[in-house]
Amino acid sequence: MSETSSLVRSRLDPEPVPRRDFLGLASMGAAGAAMLFALVGMLRLPKAAVVASPSKKFTVQLPDSLAPGKAHIPAGRSVALFRDEKGVYAISLVCTHLGCIVKEAAEGFECPCHGSKFTADGTVTKGPAPTALPWLKVTPRDGEFVVDEDTTVPQGAKVTG
Amino acid sequence: MSSTTSKSALGEFLGNLVRAPRAIYRAAFRTGAPTTDRSRSDFVFGNVFLHLHPVRTHRWSLRWTTTLGLGIAATAAFLLTLVTGVLLMFYYKPFPEAAYESIKDIHFVVPTGRFIRNIHRWAANVMVVAVLAHMVRVFFTASYRAPREFNWLIGMGLLVVTLGLSFTGYLLPWDQLAYWATTIGANIAQSPRELTDSLGITEQFDPGGLQKQLLLGSDTVGAESLIRFYLLHVMILPLALAALMAVHFWRIRKDGGLNRPEDADARLGPAPDATYPVFTEAPKKTYHLAAIVQGRTPAVRRGPENTVPSMPHLFYAELGVLMVTVLICVGLSLLANAPLKELANPSVPENPAKAPWYFLGLQELVSFSAFMGGVGIPAIVVVGLGLIPFLDREGAGSGDWFGGPGGARLVVWSAIVGLAAVLAVEAFAIQFGWIRQWFPHAPQLLITLVNPGTVLTAMYAAYSIWLVKWHNSTRAGALGLFTCFLCGFVVLTIIGTHFRGPNWEFYWSPAQWPTH
Repeated sequence: MSETSSLVRSRLDPEPVPRRDFLGLASMGAAGAAMLFALVGMLRLPKAAVVASPSKKFTVQLPDSLAPGKAHIPAGRSVALFRDEKGVYAISLVCTHLGCIVKEAAEGFECPCHGSKFTADGTVTKGPAPTALPWLKVTPRDGEFVVDEDTTVPQGAKVTG
Repeated sequence: MSSTTSKSALGEFLGNLVRAPRAIYRAAFRTGAPTTDRSRSDFVFGNVFLHLHPVRTHRWSLRWTTTLGLGIAATAAFLLTLVTGVLLMFYYKPFPEAAYESIKDIHFVVPTGRFIRNIHRWAANVMVVAVLAHMVRVFFTASYRAPREFNWLIGMGLLVVTLGLSFTGYLLPWDQLAYWATTIGANIAQSPRELTDSLGITEQFDPGGLQKQLLLGSDTVGAESLIRFYLLHVMILPLALAALMAVHFWRIRKDGGLNRPEDADARLGPAPDATYPVFTEAPKKTYHLAAIVQGRTPAVRRGPENTVPSMPHLFYAELGVLMVTVLICVGLSLLANAPLKELANPSVPENPAKAPWYFLGLQELVSFSAFMGGVGIPAIVVVGLGLIPFLDREGAGSGDWFGGPGGARLVVWSAIVGLAAVLAVEAFAIQFGWIRQWFPHAPQLLITLVNPGTVLTAMYAAYSIWLVKWHNSTRAGALGLFTCFLCGFVVLTIIGTHFRGPNWEFYWSPAQWPTH
């Protein structure tokens, strides 16, 4: 009897776990979590699932007169194709620094935006560009060449065909 | 009986009709002309647009040298861009090539189109200048200190959004300038790859690529990017700016009005006799001894706590700043047209491809390392500026220009140090090049960490830490560091604007640029 009465707390005593506070905090936490979840869900929308950009593969016919060391730049593409005795190769003309289009210089390439300089095989010699100009995959097909701007190959890889 | 009622009702109706204009006016403006202290108060808090203001303003806040009116100038410039921007939206089409054509239409065909576009462009520039100058004012008068720390942070948010608005607006004309500045900007967003590439973790962790993709909605600048920039420029960023502005203004009052020195009242002295009535009305009742009389009580010829009514003192000053800002923007618009180059051409970059002038200091840093110049150092500066009010908990010099240990002398010396350091580092890099030229096979990580930009930042930081020790004061270090960074920003911006030509080479003047 005395044991049970000691368990009955006065209503003036603070509750060990204030039930209303707990429920209130839990519901606010749930509301916060739901809003955060909704926000993260909304942020998925602007991240496009399919990137709308022009095709990265194109076919090019090299002119017979193309001399070794001379670049052939197909219209509307930022790629330079070369042909020498070992074969055909393609170097991207998009600067690895901040995406400007490099142009041919006396020896190799230079970038008009921040002055990066590259040798004829794409190696950086000056300026802020962090890496060499990438070599792109070239596949011979019926006397023409298919260039894939999305696939890089090691520097020096040339194809015949 | 009924006929007389109807007759008088008709008469009342006609009378009310005659009185309606006046009644409408009274319903809208209940308080009447602001001629007494009370009606001047009603004038402020009875008006939703004015009630962000206090009813009375401290005389220190109204001195020209307290604020130079820079915050109001920035607000005024924003309102100008808002009005002109909405007008431009009548004709602008956010789609490649159509965008260029519509800007050409605005420029050559639309009545007043060129003038409105010029004002939009110039007001945006004026806004950037005013926001930066406002931050400089707040810093040098130590007005970022408690209890105003949070408002300093809101102000930093406003600075970032202002620059974001300028950057997103830059793409919209879809000309060569726009296209290449945006390409560079988007690749700066991607530049964390410079770091992740050199650590070899880009495959697993690529925040740079994600940022660029979110910004452009594609991997190159195209129709997707233009609509995103347009949405940011006309909707998301203006709303963010308006929300931050509301908090910024509200906090000024909640933080106790504009900052002023503790002894401001003593230094102001009594109001000059010509001051528009401090206590205008003769007491309506006689208070005898309780009346305010000339005497030795401290409040003689002063409003409560040395304030004057905001109407007219504050509002007339604000209106004055607004009119001067409009005058400057309109004047500049009559003098110089907003530029429009050739249609964007993704195969041929503009040479040199320059961002808007306030980003050219960053572009100079970017020409050493994309990540450090475009992301790393700006992030260090923003975090450093944000921390200042929480590190400087001192009290001396609050509210005074160049207040604090060292004062104006320290600022002058810091300016000399800051200018010398930036000029020396730039001269060295222009004359001798950097690591890549000396050792072509040096690892990129080394150049990312050690380049003219980071060297300069380290020099400034070391100088500032030395100041903290020498003056035994955080404020002294902050004064020195802020002055140095200001010098660095100005010098790098001038170099980027005037001394860099085609291929980002150094030229003493644009007249020496090779013709092509």
